[in-house]
Amino acid sequence: MVPGDEGGGLMRADLLTDDIAGLDEALAAVDGFDEALVGGLLRPQPGQAGALAGLADAVAGSPLASRVAEAAEKAAAGAAGEDHFVALAAARTALLGSVHDALTARIEEAVDRPRAEESGTAPAGGEEHAANLHAAARSWLCDLARAGWRGIDHELVGGAAPVVSAMLPDPALRRPATLLDGFAAELAASCPGATLERVPVRRWADLWSRALLLTLPGAAPAPAVAEVSGRLLPLGVDVQEHATAVQAQVHAVFEPADGGTPRLVRASVSAPKPDTVVGAGLWQLLRPRMSLLAAVSEGRAVELDAMPLTAEGDLVWDDARARTGGPAEVFTTARVALPAAAAFATSPLDRHPARIAVPVLLEGYAVETAEEDGGTVAFQVAGQRLAVDTDRVPAAGPLTPEAVASSGACLGLLRWDAGEFLLQPLAVERTVRKKAVAVHAGAWAGGTTDKAGVRAEKAAIDAVKVLRERAGKLLRK
Amino acid sequence: MGDGALSVREKSSTARVVPSARPRKLAKVPFVELADGRLQGVVSSGSDIGRVYVSSVEAGTYAFACSTNNNRPCGGARGMFCNHIRALVGEAVLQYGAERVARYLKVEVAAGEPDAHSITVAMTATRPAQGDSSAAAQVFSRFLRHLAYLELAPTTAPLPEMQWFPATRAVA
Repeated sequence: MVPGDEGGGLMRADLLTDDIAGLDEALAAVDGFDEALVGGLLRPQPGQAGALAGLADAVAGSPLASRVAEAAEKAAAGAAGEDHFVALAAARTALLGSVHDALTARIEEAVDRPRAEESGTAPAGGEEHAANLHAAARSWLCDLARAGWRGIDHELVGGAAPVVSAMLPDPALRRPATLLDGFAAELAASCPGATLERVPVRRWADLWSRALLLTLPGAAPAPAVAEVSGRLLPLGVDVQEHATAVQAQVHAVFEPADGGTPRLVRASVSAPKPDTVVGAGLWQLLRPRMSLLAAVSEGRAVELDAMPLTAEGDLVWDDARARTGGPAEVFTTARVALPAAAAFATSPLDRHPARIAVPVLLEGYAVETAEEDGGTVAFQVAGQRLAVDTDRVPAAGPLTPEAVASSGACLGLLRWDAGEFLLQPLAVERTVRKKAVAVHAGAWAGGTTDKAGVRAEKAAIDAVKVLRERAGKLLRK
Repeated sequence: MGDGALSVREKSSTARVVPSARPRKLAKVPFVELADGRLQGVVSSGSDIGRVYVSSVEAGTYAFACSTNNNRPCGGARGMFCNHIRALVGEAVLQYGAERVARYLKVEVAAGEPDAHSITVAMTATRPAQGDSSAAAQVFSRFLRHLAYLELAPTTAPLPEMQWFPATRAVA
């Protein structure tokens, strides 16, 4: 049952299903608060007051204690102001931060790689930027909390639009703008809240509290960077998108030229987009900004020369500091370089379970598929079941749930959501006529010769052409 | 792990609430959306490349309006749905799926699964009133806002917030 250790590192899958001390208690306090947001805090009921007190109790031993206690009291009386909502959001974020830390510690034990080290780099200048826009966003978010998810309507949700429109053109505000845009679109599609069948309770509380904290001065400063040189060995591409934004994140192992410890890093490229540009069409928006995407498709390493790297392990990509290198097969990287690669510590605000994405290589598993359950896939790893999140594999690529289900090795991102660990496949190895063949989720990132891919991309290029032509005729009149 | 009080979907941080739009050709109807209680959008003129029609149908009442971007009324939309509005319904069904369009407009189709034709028939059968074109300016400005997304430059600074918006194979 247990696969041989081929240098790829053996995962202690049993640790992923074991209980984690304190996790249920922390999540129960979060769930209680989240439930209070469903009904809104304009005229709180006794049950909501109890949940608010529960949140305050959960952080009673922390420096937030007195501010959160006061905020919980005011909110329970239906008299919470902006500062109170911010304090409650901070308490919730701190609790989920502790959940993140416990989960991350468990993953480190399970994959047995070098520990993430705390890095002491302070963020760069945090001067107050666009204070008015932040204040407007904060005021909208507080109105949402008062109305509750059951109380949202088109007029309330529409209040975000002018804020988002004003924020989007400023690159320094891209983070809050992108979050508010995606959040507001989701709320708008769910209006009126009163007739909503099921509320995504934790998700909307996540988006709400994160957005609220991002409106505070210095919450999302430009990150401090160090310049690094060496060889970058790509592992795979993770794609994230909502109706009007897309981000591709390349996970990779970085080998410093000076012979230092290899590190786990990410390189991201993102763009705002019209909601009609989807699927294979997303790559054309991202490709011109990051040559790394082409290198990933070609299976090549990239030589970095003084590339900026944040204390969280994010490369801030600049094509002028990158040169495509020699062939680098992903599964070779996963077997040889990944086990020795050390992760970076996560920055305080980003400590949240949704942020966990740890590259792991699995081999020698048995595959479970369940037709009746919408074709879900799970791996049996050393006697333990690990759910595989095949829905996260972008449709615009050659990797399919069927390919995952017939694989013998899988490189993926270990994640955690809704109470369990999940594996998001980035690439699999299948045996075809006694030879191992790799299939990559991000294979089309740099371009493709696949027939369906070429067709999808051409359609998307035409769509963008039409919109640009329309914009040229109408926008500047 | 976790407690059983909430369902998996309610406990998920990353469940996709709004599925991706389906790709469609944009030449005829460059913009369509379900917003402000209306199905609304912009339809290219067949004859004049510089002209577009701003069309809308209100949810529930199906009150309809169609005019050019220079606020001239559409000749076809006198007392009944013009071809621009029919095209708008068709493209909305392509983009969002017939089920979501029908639900948003509060249309009950006579029998079976809704499609663009049955949705249109169900609405016209109620002899909807012609609405005023007061929303046209707002719809057009939403279209311009939509186009402006193409003018915004990509960035390589990481957006950690996008972790909450995973790609999904599901489409509308």
